[in-house]
Amino acid sequence: MTPAGASPSAAALSAAARWRWWEFALLATGLLSWFLLPGHALLLNEIAILALFALSLDLILGYAGIVSLGHAAYFGFGAYVAALFAKHVLPDPLLGMAAAILAATGLGFATSGLILRGSDLTRLMVTLGIALVLYELANRLDWLTGGADGLQGVVMGPLLGRFEFDLYGRTAYAYSLVVLLAALLFCRRLVHSPFGASLQALRDNPLRAASIGLSVRRRLVAIYSIAGGIAGAAGALVAQTAGFASLDVLDFHRSADVLLVLVIGGAGYLYGGIVGAIVFKLLHDAISVLTPQYWTFWLGLFLVVLVLVGRDRLVRPWTWWRRQRT
Amino acid sequence: MLTLLFDGISYGMLLFVLAVGLAVTLGLMNFINLAHGAFAMAGGYAAVLLMNRAGWPFLATLPAAFVIAAVAGVVLERTLYRPMYARSHLDQVLFSIGLTFMTIAAVDWFLGSQQQNLQLPPWLQGRFDVEGIGIGKYRLFIIGVCAALTILLQWVLSRTRFGSRLRASVDDPRVASGLGLDVNRIFALTFAVGSGLAGLGGALGAEILGLDPTFPLKFMMYFLIVVAVGGTTTITGPLLAALLLGIADVMGKYYVPKLGAFIVYTVMIVILTLRPQGLFGRSVAR
Amino acid sequence: MRGADDVVLETRGLSRRFGGITATDRVSLRVARGARHALIGPNGAGKTTLINLLTGVLVPSAGTILLEGEDITALAAHRRVARGLVRTFQINQLFAELTPVRSLALAVSGRLGQSARWWQPLGLGSDRRVAERCDRLLADFHLDDVMNQKVALLPYGKRRLLEIALAIACRPRVLLLDEPVAGVPEGERQQILETIDALPAEVTVLLIEHDMDLVFNFARRVTVLVNGAIFAEGDAASISADPRVRAVYLGESHDALPTQPAMDGRHG
Repeated sequence: MTPAGASPSAAALSAAARWRWWEFALLATGLLSWFLLPGHALLLNEIAILALFALSLDLILGYAGIVSLGHAAYFGFGAYVAALFAKHVLPDPLLGMAAAILAATGLGFATSGLILRGSDLTRLMVTLGIALVLYELANRLDWLTGGADGLQGVVMGPLLGRFEFDLYGRTAYAYSLVVLLAALLFCRRLVHSPFGASLQALRDNPLRAASIGLSVRRRLVAIYSIAGGIAGAAGALVAQTAGFASLDVLDFHRSADVLLVLVIGGAGYLYGGIVGAIVFKLLHDAISVLTPQYWTFWLGLFLVVLVLVGRDRLVRPWTWWRRQRT
Repeated sequence: MLTLLFDGISYGMLLFVLAVGLAVTLGLMNFINLAHGAFAMAGGYAAVLLMNRAGWPFLATLPAAFVIAAVAGVVLERTLYRPMYARSHLDQVLFSIGLTFMTIAAVDWFLGSQQQNLQLPPWLQGRFDVEGIGIGKYRLFIIGVCAALTILLQWVLSRTRFGSRLRASVDDPRVASGLGLDVNRIFALTFAVGSGLAGLGGALGAEILGLDPTFPLKFMMYFLIVVAVGGTTTITGPLLAALLLGIADVMGKYYVPKLGAFIVYTVMIVILTLRPQGLFGRSVAR
Repeated sequence: MRGADDVVLETRGLSRRFGGITATDRVSLRVARGARHALIGPNGAGKTTLINLLTGVLVPSAGTILLEGEDITALAAHRRVARGLVRTFQINQLFAELTPVRSLALAVSGRLGQSARWWQPLGLGSDRRVAERCDRLLADFHLDDVMNQKVALLPYGKRRLLEIALAIACRPRVLLLDEPVAGVPEGERQQILETIDALPAEVTVLLIEHDMDLVFNFARRVTVLVNGAIFAEGDAASISADPRVRAVYLGESHDALPTQPAMDGRHG
């Protein structure tokens, strides 16, 4: 590595890539939570899975600028592949995870050609359409997927041959946490690399990106496939830790929820998914206690307020009554 | 087979009336309004309630549905939608999904989640049998009403001053406002009419499409297909797209019931991939 | 085998139609290696359209484009950059959320074939070339004081400098400049002009400009484009003396092309 002091550019670039204190703090908190909050392992597991799902969306939305209303397609596909793998091939969770990631990446690659062109609306439609097609497929192929009843009887083997999945979710949470951590480290490397910078460039200005020699198509295909794979990993976690996969994993509300999670936490800096997942799940739990059936209403209201007020202002309540500067 | 075609055409025309407001809103204000289905649902529920609870005759509920949805449109446009015009498409999507969720939950709360039943007047029930083609009276009625509306819309757009102002504003809002057109008023009026039409469509379609709180989400995709495939610069584009969609859906569900809606989605994806501007749209991206 | 007249960029009968409008009309242009070639013409003459055709942003309706003797008419835009054909934009096209140093590092990495690397941080790694080249570019274009600021927050003059720096970062062999000093405040204007002057002799430059001062100080050869077609072509002196050119710009009642920019900085 070059001595950073010798070159101002190198200094600036390495400063951008350096680990911040709060990144360490966040990771430490995550790891500690397994030890310190054993009673909440099930909830924490859900948060970790949602965070992983949102991380994958951040790659395409925050870094590449693709607005997707159907990201659940890859999540659900991963879930079903993992469940089917455990049921028909081997109940080993890690192999099932690998299969799910491979399959979801493949699906991402296969569908990436569809989102290359067109306006935001076209992309919205196409991504929504892909998720709907997959949902219908899962519904129709009920001999394989269990249809509306879901895929029952998925019994997972022990993790690494030793750790059984227990009812309290401690193994599950540890598993999800490790997968999340691995994905986070991988994505971090990715976004700080020239490839990552080129994604941001094509998000900001695809015309200029092409004019400095970057192939926009190839990069979109690559990142969409990778994001699909990571979403598939999250889906596999859901199926494996719950021992069950149903049509719900492909439902529209999954795609809408993960979009909201990412918007809450903030897209484009990689940790928004984690922040958003924590806030979202806690809100969900709090509101479900108060009004169990009408979560949709409060979710909708929250969305509307969030967008009207703007995320930056929302997290700083003292600005709410100040007139907005244009 | 011709019966199916007839059913498909009536379905398509209904979809057109439902979706035309969305097409114009998108083309005019570049606003992706995923809550459009909520206005349709409002009109549908208004008609059902007026008929079942207030004893109104069916025909009277139709204009009422239009008016109620249009008023809702005006109010929401002034208050909530206006600040959103300049925002990014992502924000608009999130906003309109939020609105949709709110209306769905509210309807569920007040009126329950079961499907609403609309009792058609006797003269609209039953069918004619012409040369072996079963022509449902109600479906014929729908085609008639929708065709009349389409002709009216086309006339307004091409023959009236408002129509040319609207077309100018769709073409280029900045230039139009530079020419002295009150673009805000045009937006408000257009949004109201579009929502009103959606409401009317919801009332007309309550019997055929089924009316329950999940209506906006169930049919959102169909409206979007009409708009994306049909383009937003003409009336005939969405009309043709809606007819195609209606016929394809009806035929698909009859001949290949195992695949059903799957075909429609796949065809849409293929079309949009090959021609991102839609089958009939302009290729200028905004 | 190259002749004495070493043509590095050539178009043959290049045309582009939009519906009923012919924006580019059978343009046959030859640009020699190391040329300082200016493209002038009234507003709407099709100069930017021609640049868009040359760089692959637009697909021609007819005709061919040759770079170093090879037909690139069907070549994708980003591949032309790899072959050394680079442009700047009349309206700044920058990466709003990136910083100058990252933008330049990306362009330089692209040039070195490293822009697809995903495992190394941007601009760092075992070889220092990217960082060193960024240092030079930042210094040459007077961007070192703002190198870590988000581009969206930079003042216009700095953004214009970055616009051109980005193109230079790609190590162009043929550089197409689209009104490089349009709207630029005086201080940065000088800096831009100096950098253009300092370009190596073997880099071929095709410049679109309205500012006649700049054109006649800089260009050795001038092509005049009117209504999408080549109207006149020759060396700078003969073009400025050509009465037809004067007429097309100003109408017949003027004697000479103005050498001072008009109040709003534009001509024609």
